Amino acid sequence: MEKNLKLIRKDSLEKLYNHLSGQYKIYAPVRTSAQKVEYRYNPDFAEVTFDHVRSTLSVKNLVFPKVENLLFYSNTKAETTFAGIDTNKFQDVVLWGAHPCDTAAFNTLKSIFCWDINDGLFSKRLEKLVVIGLGCKTCDEFCFCTSVGLAPDSLKGSDILLSSVKNDNYRAEIVTEKGNKIAASCPELFEKYSGEEVIVAEVKQKFSHDLVTKKLASAFDHPFWVENSLRCLGCGACAYVCPTCACFDIQDETKGKNGRRYRSWDSCGFGLFTIHTSGHNPRSVQSQRWRQRIMHKFSYMPERNKSLGCVGCGRCSSGCPVDMNISEQLEVLQRI
Amino acid sequence: MEENIYRPYQMEIENIIEETPDVRTFRLKFKDPVEAEKFAFKAGQFGEYSVAGEGESTFCVASSPTRKGYIECTFRKAGRVTNALSNLEVGDTVGFRGPYGNTFPVEGWENKNLLYIAGGIALPPMRCVIWNTIDLRKKYKDITIIYGARTVADLVYKHELKEWGERPDVKLITTVDPGGQTPDWKGEIGFVPTVLERIAPSSENTVAILCGPPVMIKFTMPVLKKLGFSDKNIYTTLENRMKCGFGKCGRCNVGKIFVCKDGPVFTYEQLLTLPAEY
Repeated sequence: MEKNLKLIRKDSLEKLYNHLSGQYKIYAPVRTSAQKVEYRYNPDFAEVTFDHVRSTLSVKNLVFPKVENLLFYSNTKAETTFAGIDTNKFQDVVLWGAHPCDTAAFNTLKSIFCWDINDGLFSKRLEKLVVIGLGCKTCDEFCFCTSVGLAPDSLKGSDILLSSVKNDNYRAEIVTEKGNKIAASCPELFEKYSGEEVIVAEVKQKFSHDLVTKKLASAFDHPFWVENSLRCLGCGACAYVCPTCACFDIQDETKGKNGRRYRSWDSCGFGLFTIHTSGHNPRSVQSQRWRQRIMHKFSYMPERNKSLGCVGCGRCSSGCPVDMNISEQLEVLQRI
Repeated sequence: MEENIYRPYQMEIENIIEETPDVRTFRLKFKDPVEAEKFAFKAGQFGEYSVAGEGESTFCVASSPTRKGYIECTFRKAGRVTNALSNLEVGDTVGFRGPYGNTFPVEGWENKNLLYIAGGIALPPMRCVIWNTIDLRKKYKDITIIYGARTVADLVYKHELKEWGERPDVKLITTVDPGGQTPDWKGEIGFVPTVLERIAPSSENTVAILCGPPVMIKFTMPVLKKLGFSDKNIYTTLENRMKCGFGKCGRCNVGKIFVCKDGPVFTYEQLLTLPAEY
């Protein structure tokens, strides 16, 4: 299929942003300190950053909120009633300026929430989301998208992908019908593209994910897991910043007679994650839990969900308080 | 509104049996007759039972699909949810989501001998398939049930054990751990593997269905092997910790399988292919 490429001039970009923020809730990256970039709802265009390598947290909360209501209940003396969630009340959201690793993660999450049985809450949020991706101009030592089958300019998960060209202009690649609709709503901002060269970060490939997956098939009992997880604190930060980690807990919270059942982010790295009521714990030590994290993403998911559980964003490594670096470990794993 | 896969059926407690001081059986009926009509399950499947405000807990359906109009569950008072369930009375509401998971292949067992071996609170997840096959008694050859508990007081389904024991077409052997007997105890005394070895049922044309605490499984397996049972003729049901019940929350993941989707019923042959994370 022929690529649908357009040019968006520097001054048109702001117009596009304001055009979208007039119709949608818009979620865009803002630099909140020298080291920190966070996504915020409806920031002014002037606050939005275009030169960040990665935000501290991923943007998965748009489709898989940290805490999400599953149902409401009400307890009276006579009976208990349960009421579902009206997903039609979910708002339309435009995600602006997410890098290709984060946009690709929506497909990964879909492979978890929609395999076999469809999770209607997740699906509705994804349906209501329009993604304006932003190709990467820069990267750092933690980036490894090219090792997991992606690239700083991959289209996966984007409805429109913006890439830098000279003079602070952008090339817009319109990828999906949702993207088409956006472009059609303000055609004057999408001008003819005449081949201006795109500025793309050079992300060095560190390992072969196919080789990692192959090696993992027989690596379950390898001493690697104990050796490489001795310093793991089991804090779960890697899972919380991860754009594809989807394990969750379900809890009830009551106020008076009414309450809610919600799910919240959880992590296979926590000791309590698998513990039985009897006290028996199938993954009782941290090395087993670290192994589970890697195995799930690079061995179980490719087989079960037909997707790799990692997009190479590097957040788990840059956010780890004890400097466990996943890409370094995977480099070693592919050689064992 | 889209169907909400987390929304439970509202069930009313129709009957409560106190099996032991800390084990109860609930008979649950659908409050909504339309849901009751649509609901179907098979032996071996499980569900998420909940008390609003306390949370959900996972148990197998303990009643047989041959008994229509209700489901039963048996649980031990052990954690937050099961304690809350224990405090409920007849007429109270319980949430139920399910059925989830795979099933015992009861059709494939036709014309075979069935050997059920259960320990302690592991009889409830097998009660469903036991009644299922007893209710279709003509389809199966010999049915043998070996059930052991720590003490006489810990035996669940005492009323049904009596019924099974009195049936001419079911061979029931009950046993309690040494020291767990009462003066009038007429069953065996000894651990399940020892009793199994003593009885030595034939493995010829026989399927063994085994469920119990890890230590019982560990010592029963070698006996079954000695009796000639092949790995694919030994079935068990696993109970890993679960939250969602349909392969998303990640908790019951063991290797590439989910206990909630690919199980809870497994053959020993299948278990051998899994890492020991259950």
